[in-house]
Amino acid sequence: MTPNDRPAPPLLAARGLRFTRNDEPVFGPLDFNVDAGEALLVQGDNGAGKTTLLRVLAGLLRADGGEIDLDGQPAGHARRARAIAYLSHLPGLKADLSAMENLDFLCGLQGRRRAQLPENALSIVGLAGYEDALARQLSAGQKKRLSLARLWMSPAPLWLLDEPYANLDLEGIELVNRMVQAHLREGGAALVTTHGAYAAPPVRTRMLVLNKGGAA
Amino acid sequence: MTASTTPSLIGAARALLARDARLLWRRRGDALQPALFALLVVVLFALALGGEKIALAKVAAAVLWLAVLLAGLLSLDTLFRGDAEDGSLEQWMLAPVPLAWLVGVRTFIHWATTALPLLIAAPFLGELLYLPHRELGVLMTSLALGTPLLSLIGAVVAALTVGMRRSGILVALLALPLYVPVLVFGAGSVAASSQGLDPTGALLLLGAGLAVALVLAPLAAAAAIRIALS
Repeated sequence: MTPNDRPAPPLLAARGLRFTRNDEPVFGPLDFNVDAGEALLVQGDNGAGKTTLLRVLAGLLRADGGEIDLDGQPAGHARRARAIAYLSHLPGLKADLSAMENLDFLCGLQGRRRAQLPENALSIVGLAGYEDALARQLSAGQKKRLSLARLWMSPAPLWLLDEPYANLDLEGIELVNRMVQAHLREGGAALVTTHGAYAAPPVRTRMLVLNKGGAA
Repeated sequence: MTASTTPSLIGAARALLARDARLLWRRRGDALQPALFALLVVVLFALALGGEKIALAKVAAAVLWLAVLLAGLLSLDTLFRGDAEDGSLEQWMLAPVPLAWLVGVRTFIHWATTALPLLIAAPFLGELLYLPHRELGVLMTSLALGTPLLSLIGAVVAALTVGMRRSGILVALLALPLYVPVLVFGAGSVAASSQGLDPTGALLLLGAGLAVALVLAPLAAAAAIRIALS
């Protein structure tokens, strides 16, 4: 992507990042880099602060200290919006809209890759034939797949995936790993939280282990 | 990286309008409720006052103003709640367009779906209450200026309470005191004109309030949503 004379800045760099809730430290201070083509696996027990970390990185929560750089520049709203796609616990789907209508709206709101067609994205995640099914009729796993289709459409290079394997069957877990692999091959990066029950995708991976009340 | 489209302000607004139009159509029964509610309030007033022409004509403008205000209040709690509960607001916050813009568009949709139908129905409801015809112009103008102001103030209150569960009454308790000045100048302008006074001052004040709220209310509501979701 860049000439080799100077190393490209990491896609995401956190320095001294910490977050406290009611004077109780939730995590941090944390230092980590995520380069393009790399996945960061965030592991930790329930309540260790994995989701909080992702929400801080996405800009939904304000960190109590430390800095977040995206592509070597301090992360502001505009930079975040361009660089980050966030897969939350909440799918953000409207129950009374069809799968395709939901996808269209989220793409209209957040931008999309021009080369990707929504129909293709739906068939990649295994929802071909469900275009006109209302979101309320989809199972939890299918809703997750629909969220993955949104991620696939997103132009953002950095994926923040909060428990992407939850609710998915074995084939769905395989699908997430394949998607992450393809995304990384195109120069993207991904942060994946998991409580450790699933196999990591076979890609260049760094680990970040969170413990209750601070990082190890 | 790969070629991509970043939504413009207009593009994001259009996507949101299309989404809400679809949702409204899927639940068109619900969408009718505020208008029916306002109609019932008007009818109840007419019945309570015994259908007496002179008594009704005297309070017609005030009753219409109250009916429109209460109908708007009824649907206020749902303004952001659904989107907060299913995670849509999170995705709004991550969008490249400012959250305040999306909040403003959503508030416009609230106005267009609750107040605008009543604005169109106001002449007919006025007929039901023997509203003097010379007051209709002032009433329509005051409603046209006042109802968007009500929706904007309401949006801030709805955003403040979005983090709480079942806050229907709380929204009303918070919003109604803030609605008082709008009601005073709105219904007051009609009352003034019925007494042969010039209603322009009250209408201009409503207009000024609307101009200020158009700028500040979406920003305040967006800030409140950020706090509620963190």
